Amino acid sequence: MTAGTRTGAEVGEVLAALGSVRDPELDEPVTTLGFVSSCTVSSDGVAHVRLRLPTYFCAPNFAFLMVADAQDAVIAVDGVTGADVVLEDHFASDAINSGVAARAGFVASFDGLAERELGELRADFVRKAVMAGTDRVCRPLLAGGRRPEELAALTLGDVPASPERERLRQRRAELGLPSGLADPLLVDPTTGEAVGVDALPLHLGRARLTRVGADANSSMCRGMLRERYATRGQGQTDEEQS
Amino acid sequence: MYEKNGEKYFVVDSHMHYWDASPANWVAGHENYAKGWIECFHAYQGLGPPETHWTLEHFQKYSEADLMKDVFEDGYVDVAVFQPTYLKEWYAEGFNTTERNGELALKHPGKFIVNTRFDPRDGDAGLRELEENVARWGSRGLKLYTAEWKDDSRGWTLKDPEAYRYLEKAQELGIKNVHVHKGPTIWPLDKDAFDVSDVDHAATDFPELNFIVEHVGLPRIEDFCFMATQEPNVYAGLSVVIGGLMHARPKFFAKVMGELLFWVGEDKMTFGSDYGIWEPKWQIEGFVDWDYPSDEFSDYPRVTTATKKKILGLNAAKLYDIEVPAELQLPPEAGIPAARDEAQLVDDKAGV
Repeated sequence: MTAGTRTGAEVGEVLAALGSVRDPELDEPVTTLGFVSSCTVSSDGVAHVRLRLPTYFCAPNFAFLMVADAQDAVIAVDGVTGADVVLEDHFASDAINSGVAARAGFVASFDGLAERELGELRADFVRKAVMAGTDRVCRPLLAGGRRPEELAALTLGDVPASPERERLRQRRAELGLPSGLADPLLVDPTTGEAVGVDALPLHLGRARLTRVGADANSSMCRGMLRERYATRGQGQTDEEQS
Repeated sequence: MYEKNGEKYFVVDSHMHYWDASPANWVAGHENYAKGWIECFHAYQGLGPPETHWTLEHFQKYSEADLMKDVFEDGYVDVAVFQPTYLKEWYAEGFNTTERNGELALKHPGKFIVNTRFDPRDGDAGLRELEENVARWGSRGLKLYTAEWKDDSRGWTLKDPEAYRYLEKAQELGIKNVHVHKGPTIWPLDKDAFDVSDVDHAATDFPELNFIVEHVGLPRIEDFCFMATQEPNVYAGLSVVIGGLMHARPKFFAKVMGELLFWVGEDKMTFGSDYGIWEPKWQIEGFVDWDYPSDEFSDYPRVTTATKKKILGLNAAKLYDIEVPAELQLPPEAGIPAARDEAQLVDDKAGV
């Protein structure tokens, strides 16, 4: 694309950095979702990233967070001198791209249309990720014969190590909730209090429901992205049918 | 009416449209929005079976003859409920207005129920328009789209005091059913536009009204389901669920249906094809044939023929007082909502 394109390794580093950027609503990396349509690094060290979303009308607040997070992640890569991150084909592309480039924040980027920055919105969705992650960790235990009430007494360390457990711990840590191996497996995603036996059926039911919702949304978004774009994104993977 | 294996299903399509999104109807200067909207809808159609896909041109504007054939002749629908969506910021004559729907309904007596709408930002003039629409079209239901743009505003919520004024007026006018449809924007934009907690407030404060949350609150199905367990007058509109998931994502469809049956229950779920996004024919045929794909789903409430009859038409017939021929009704013992009891049990256990 660019005459002085750098080596693949450096592009790889930028892509790896983009792998740390999540769709806040779907709690998945923008890379695996297929949202990175292109990623190059020019000879002067500027990373050029093009992002795309499943629809023209995807929610502008989440879109803004992804573009801003991508900008932060890319500029932090060693050797990258500048980041040119652009959201394409979106109704609010102009407001988002210029706002992120100017580091203006959400309220300034959407003059008169927003009241606050997006920290609370993001936290609300990390709490959903904690609930969905709770189901991902607990379902195999229940399938393996553990009775629901037994789970109330378990700690995170009692659960076999797995990527799902680590993801859950990470999301809890992001919210400032207890996330150590000695901390309870089941906590309220708002207060961090351990979930007792009485509240447990409802808690597990909500965890399952939240995960079904998250998985269905992710699946729908992937389907819409495929309808919209014939090309695969950088780092895109196909969903797990789980 | 749809018949399969000796069983007869009375079909109410409780969420469908008759729109004009052709370029001739695009507002000058807002063409990108008008084009983006209809292309987004068209991509949704891509989630249905390939043989049911339309060209974009046909999708932008289908004819009265197309609708009558797709919905009634081929589509098994007995009664269809028109749900208007105005979008006059983008479409000069509106995307799908009460008038456009109503005029078609007048030509085909007994086939359609004409719902109307309101926008709480329209002030006193909007209240008069609501009154006129109810009088002219005999509307018993409303479709509310909270993400609608109006001048510089990007949406509204049912919690707004102005919205309450309109709901009070609607109730006074004899409106019974309020179909709520969430979209990607709201004021202020930093809030989650898909959040359904405003429906919770309105449902509590207007217990005489039924609130049918379309596409079951997707992408906030978890919030929707939990609210629906607590509000007896909240229903799950299955538009998008069957059309968008049953063919394209059968495993997720099974899970979503399982959750809905568990939390909301089969007495409070209503079929809606979302026509012209998807034709009703394949959705009805597929849903009647549908069951959970494996034992993995054994925790969820069972799906019976009675479940499907309720969802495809009998529940909506109750909401809209539609007369159902005796041979298409359920025997009295089929009315026990097992799923609801289980969901209630979970609530009770947790002391909610």
